[in-house]
Amino acid sequence: MEVAQQEILTPAPAKETTRVSGSVALLEALIAEGVDTIFGYPGGAIMPIYDALYDYNDKLNHVLVRHEQGGTHAGQGYARTSGKVGVVFATSGPGATNLVTGLADAQIDSTPLVCITGQVFAHLLGTDAFQETDVINITTPVTKWNYQVTDANEIPEVIAKAFYIAKSGRPGPVLIDITKNAQIQLFDYEGYTKCDHIRSYRPTPIVRPQYVEQAAALINQAKKPFILFGQGVLLGSAEQEFKAFVEKSGIPAAWTILGAGAIPTDHPLNVGMLGMHGNYGPNVLTNECDVLIAIGMRFDDRVTGRLDKYAKQAKVIHLDIDPAEIDKNVKTTVPVWGDCKETLPLLTALVEEKQHTDWVKLFNEYTQKEVEAVIHKELNPSDGEMTMGEVIKQLNDLTKGEAVIVTDVGQHQMVACRYAQFNKTRSNVTSGGLGTMGFALPAAIGAKYGAQDRTVVAIIGDGGFQMTCQELGTIMQSGVDVKIIILNNRFLGMVRQWQELFNERRYSFVDIQSPDFVALAAAYRIPGKCISERDELQGALKEMLDNKGSFLLEVMVTKENNVFPMVPQGCSVSEIRLK
Amino acid sequence: MSNQEPIQQEFNITIYTENQVGLLNRIAIIFTRRKINIDSLNTSPSEIESIHRFNIVITESEDVVRKLTRQIEKQVEVLKVYYHTNEDVIWQELALYKVSTDVIAEKVSVERLLRENGARAVVIRKDYTVFETTGHREETDNLINILQPYGLIEFVRSARVAIIKDSEGFNAKLREFERLEPGEEVIENEYLNKGAKVFTM
Repeated sequence: MEVAQQEILTPAPAKETTRVSGSVALLEALIAEGVDTIFGYPGGAIMPIYDALYDYNDKLNHVLVRHEQGGTHAGQGYARTSGKVGVVFATSGPGATNLVTGLADAQIDSTPLVCITGQVFAHLLGTDAFQETDVINITTPVTKWNYQVTDANEIPEVIAKAFYIAKSGRPGPVLIDITKNAQIQLFDYEGYTKCDHIRSYRPTPIVRPQYVEQAAALINQAKKPFILFGQGVLLGSAEQEFKAFVEKSGIPAAWTILGAGAIPTDHPLNVGMLGMHGNYGPNVLTNECDVLIAIGMRFDDRVTGRLDKYAKQAKVIHLDIDPAEIDKNVKTTVPVWGDCKETLPLLTALVEEKQHTDWVKLFNEYTQKEVEAVIHKELNPSDGEMTMGEVIKQLNDLTKGEAVIVTDVGQHQMVACRYAQFNKTRSNVTSGGLGTMGFALPAAIGAKYGAQDRTVVAIIGDGGFQMTCQELGTIMQSGVDVKIIILNNRFLGMVRQWQELFNERRYSFVDIQSPDFVALAAAYRIPGKCISERDELQGALKEMLDNKGSFLLEVMVTKENNVFPMVPQGCSVSEIRLK
Repeated sequence: MSNQEPIQQEFNITIYTENQVGLLNRIAIIFTRRKINIDSLNTSPSEIESIHRFNIVITESEDVVRKLTRQIEKQVEVLKVYYHTNEDVIWQELALYKVSTDVIAEKVSVERLLRENGARAVVIRKDYTVFETTGHREETDNLINILQPYGLIEFVRSARVAIIKDSEGFNAKLREFERLEPGEEVIENEYLNKGAKVFTM
């Protein structure tokens, strides 16, 4: 420890060398990468880095989370709203193992993260030393790349690689494990050089013009083409290119939950959400379209339902940056490999300007059926207990679709994603692939740091909130402004819904009790309110949004409401149920 | 689903990689996460210094193998992945057999044994003899059957090594690749034996 403190020098410009510790080299690397916020938690094996951080307080804002999992989700929230890489610090052993859920979430949802973990001294590796775990092997399946540093000389280059890998191509989480001796060790530092190339790594496949031409030809012949878009559009910052493609081709487009907001919710060609709890038209008409154009999405089983009855009649065009996604789940007629920021304009140039009026009308007819059967009574109930849908609708009316909506996992997530209005890109932050309950509260903290000028509203169920509610402490201490809505149905609602529909109402351990959430928030000095009457809703939402700083609003909603429409597991998308 | 199960057969997967600690695990878990058993795995240098080569054999359908190879190829330190059927490669496995020298000398003509099975004696000692044979699975299996009655003491077979019949094009690319960007040396933990000399808390 004393060794690290002796000579902490600000590194001079490249070529001249300075003696610095590995820890200082790490922090200089983060600054050079444009990092402004770190979510972390100190501990024994990462103490030299935290000691160096003490002198970097004016350049790097460190947010002390209450659990390392919260750190990863905050990093994810930050990355999703800012488009930058989220950075997380944790110590060895339990600190590092607590990262695993967040890493897995970031891996499956392609979120760029760089996690730095402390590790025991290199000479103690493999000896079951105090707080030693084999973090590299534990995290290998849930990281895009990971690396263990045992010598400080490696740090600048490895951190440069970490950022490059995390954000390039299909983004993902990277973990760098740094042994304590490397953090302390002084070495000749030559300055920091960003990485823009690794010889064995090809982040973006080469675009093949013949496939773009074949795709355009298919689209131009199509009578009933249909676009499915996912987070790839956001990750590629290709929202404008995507909008231009949709508007020129006149093709109706539906989104996966991570693709929400790539074009505004009220765009006339945005026909709604795909998947198990998606909209009626997009699901049914998947099996009636003649050409399916998938853009930056991966045909998750929650989107496709039963694969052997999925869009069998259609020719499939798949635009993706990751060649491993082509043909993984759905056989592709024409694969368009590449970054959609690059491929979409090429495709737009070749497609004919068209309007598929009758085909789009068909989507609208299905919407009408869905409004009558489901949406109207969910959003505008006149009596009885409040519904989740009407809370979202009232929130839309107040935020006008400008807020960042962060959701957890379960019924409230499906309802929020279905009904929230998104005018802007990077407005929907949710755990899509992994379905991590407990994601929303810490992710909302990160989301606010990533988009400081925007209102951030976390919508969370009573179950999920209790998984990471210790992060209220992070909100209290950092003073970050996060609006929290707990939709409390006094059940683990999604599992209860399945038990009702498929297990003869055998409600097995879904009846969850909650603490007094408002009192809990008050214990963290966060103001709050609990409402159960419809006429209080608008006023309470206003009070929450108008409050300077964080606010917790608990809304008591119907206990046994189901999310519809629904494609039951193992069924085809055209077997979607309205009740 | 379609009534016909896809045909499973042996596939030889050839992976060109950087020489990097931990890469073996990163590749292995791509198989194990789908609960696929690896029949044989060999790591070795390739014809190019600094480029490493894995030979992996699994029994699966081509559709699954294609998906696996793409998932392997997207790993940061993997340069290129190929898969081939047994017909597309020239492959060999090496096997060693240990038998009692007394039994063998008494009961069989060693010379005949060697000749008929393409084997050679690696070591002949008073107490035991070690034979070696190289070939396809059937050939190495065959010698087990022959030696079993004479008290086979120990048997071991190596992983498969396979040369791709049609690999000239890629070799040229690989050499060019290495010429333009020479590889780096692998960094291992150099502190393991220096415990006493390393500062600690």
